Amino acid sequence: MTPIGSGAASPSAPQEDRRVVRVEIVISWVLRVGVVTSLAVVVVGLVLIFVHHPELLTSATRLQDLTQRGTVFPHTLSEVFQGVMQTRGEATVAVGLLLLILTPVTRVAVSILAFIYQRDRVYTFITLTVLIILLMSFVIGRLE
Amino acid sequence: MTALEFVLICFAGSIVGGFIGSLLGLGGGLVVIPMLTLALKVDIRYAIGASIVSIIATSSGAAAAYVRERMTNLRVAMVLEVATTLGALTGGYLAGRIAGRWLFVVFGVVMACSAVMMLRKRRNAASDEGEGTPWANYLRLNGSYYDAALGKEVPYRVIRARLGLALMYVAGMMSGLLGIGSGVLKVPAMDLGMRLPIKVSTATSNFMIGVTAAASAGLYFARGDINPFIAGPVAAGILVGAMIGARVMGRLQNALIRYVFVVVLLIVSAQMLLKGLKGPS
Repeated sequence: MTPIGSGAASPSAPQEDRRVVRVEIVISWVLRVGVVTSLAVVVVGLVLIFVHHPELLTSATRLQDLTQRGTVFPHTLSEVFQGVMQTRGEATVAVGLLLLILTPVTRVAVSILAFIYQRDRVYTFITLTVLIILLMSFVIGRLE
Repeated sequence: MTALEFVLICFAGSIVGGFIGSLLGLGGGLVVIPMLTLALKVDIRYAIGASIVSIIATSSGAAAAYVRERMTNLRVAMVLEVATTLGALTGGYLAGRIAGRWLFVVFGVVMACSAVMMLRKRRNAASDEGEGTPWANYLRLNGSYYDAALGKEVPYRVIRARLGLALMYVAGMMSGLLGIGSGVLKVPAMDLGMRLPIKVSTATSNFMIGVTAAASAGLYFARGDINPFIAGPVAAGILVGAMIGARVMGRLQNALIRYVFVVVLLIVSAQMLLKGLKGPS
């Protein structure tokens, strides 16, 4: 049997770490919900694409348009936002995928709060560094 | 082929890929990227973009269970994530700079190495002897976990934290460059390099994979390399496949079937390598 929950907590684990573990368990569940929600949005978006473009159901597409680079997809926040307002399928899929990408970012952000609460300066700094790197990725991608 | 058929084929293929990936403990990326590029002629950057978002989905699901069982060393994960995310940024940046054919070549080599690594005997190198290194003590990386097989709490000490960071940078770079979780590099870096117990290494690697993937996924998204027609069905399919795989039988133990898969993976990796070496067709 695998021990579950507080029954497995060892007496040797420092009190503070147990709090971090508890926070992480909550975060992990939030992430699971996040993953399921974002994929639900993705599926809704895919359905919308075909509802708005019934011709995609019947006529043969030039596959190259789908599989080769050149077609531009919504990939900036404003494009995605405008697209969703017009219930465009591609933009809705993009929102779902963006939510998926943001779930681990949220985990890191909440971990920072847990370390600040513990007054653990070293780990607040380490986790903050990770968050900054994650946010930088969007900036670097835009600059290219 | 209509667009609907294309989306459904991507979805069905990704379910199979996620299923096989979870049985082998490899994650879906190594299976799905060759399928998309070799069979469906998808541009390799789109295939990588689709795979990297899928990895976030699968790793977040598994991570919750490991954290609850207190297998994950959260402090080790936080420290090493600095290196993996920086590596992932580097890899994601490079992927936009180098020609697609070289991505095929690197993918073929890494896939072949991963296949061979599956034959590695998982021996436990962890120990509780000695003092622990100054870095590990300062960052309080040493820990303990409850081993269900032994029925007791097992303490361990972490060594070579800086070597671990360097190896994690490389693992992150491969993840960002090729759109794979690269747990196959992360786990040995921890159990052989830093002497973490194998179970803790596996759980901690899984915890880090989602955050690492997010670093390069952001870059791919902002660059416009995440194609909703491909990434949408692939992410949904891999997650469904991985969930079925985890439920059906857990990790595949049968040695013969493992050898068969290793051979198949080696053949596919050779095809990826050849496609890259032959250049644009």
